[in-house]
Amino acid sequence: MSASDVPLWAALPAAFLLVCGGLLTVIGSLGLLRLREFYARIHAPTMGSTLGAGCVLIASMLASSALAERPVIHELLITVLILITSPVTAMLLMRAAMFRSKS
Amino acid sequence: MKLRPLIPVLPVFLLAMWLLLNDSVSPGHLVLGAVFALLVTVAIARLRPLPAWPRRLYVAIGLIFHVLIDIVRSNLAVGRIILGASRYQPTVGFMKIPLDMRDPHGLAMLAVIITGTPGTVWAGHDAENNVLTLHVLDLKDEAAWVRTVKQRYERPLMEIFE
Amino acid sequence: MNVILPWAVHFALACFVLAMIFALIRLLRGPAAQDRVLAFDTLYINGMLTILMLGIGAGSALYFDIALLIALFGFVGSTALAKFLLRGEVIEP
Repeated sequence: MSASDVPLWAALPAAFLLVCGGLLTVIGSLGLLRLREFYARIHAPTMGSTLGAGCVLIASMLASSALAERPVIHELLITVLILITSPVTAMLLMRAAMFRSKS
Repeated sequence: MKLRPLIPVLPVFLLAMWLLLNDSVSPGHLVLGAVFALLVTVAIARLRPLPAWPRRLYVAIGLIFHVLIDIVRSNLAVGRIILGASRYQPTVGFMKIPLDMRDPHGLAMLAVIITGTPGTVWAGHDAENNVLTLHVLDLKDEAAWVRTVKQRYERPLMEIFE
Repeated sequence: MNVILPWAVHFALACFVLAMIFALIRLLRGPAAQDRVLAFDTLYINGMLTILMLGIGAGSALYFDIALLIALFGFVGSTALAKFLLRGEVIEP
């Protein structure tokens, strides 16, 4: 039981989603280095935490469902958790940056 | 007079979470999860005095699709900006948008939607004048952002929560 | 037996490790404290995705629980740090 046992109908879309998610996340983190000021940088990691994580989690659902031969959807929990929590951190950081640049 | 909601949101959500965590729908887990969900709902009712009454859930489905499309689109836009950042640094900026919505749950949803979309971050909300401060990565067309927030997100949220 | 999914898993793994290195550089260099917290936020999400990748590669469901815990505690940690920057204390009386 490993990744090479996944049947082809699930492996193809899962592989495509993994490549997309990896590229999106690496571009998002690259933004941390390439953008020059904090207010621009705060937008970059959102890419990895929305669409990047979403692609990877859908791929994980596809692969584990195909391996177990029944729908395995408990990755939805992580998706919902990330979707709810990462904006909270971003908002707090934004307010912290505004507060610190004012004082 | 507020309408009763179709489903009690919190217990159903907690039950779904319990079943997903255990990855099974056996009768034992259904009963145990239902008991835990009801207990937590009763226990937490004192902590949250303001219950949410979402209505018109069919509007929410359309809103979710709009948000998903916008997330994909703005992901591509932000990626293009980052890859081209050596030649052209984006012009960041704050902008103010007056809102019509007063419901705190609707405002919280709006905050999560705006911040969850790459390229925009919720930067503050003035409760007296109901004005939202928005931070945008590539501030070129202010009117377009106002239109997006007001029509695409705020109007369906007002239909759901008010 | 096919090789496309293991190949994609290795590619994504390399991407996430690279992303973690970028975040680590910003974490060590970042001029202001909020830069470091932002980099930490990115770092834990990328670490969680790396664990999920290992889970797909091994075909095991055990990694899911680790990823869930990393997501939970990473959120608590980075939110506490951001709150500390904002207010000077985490839990206010």
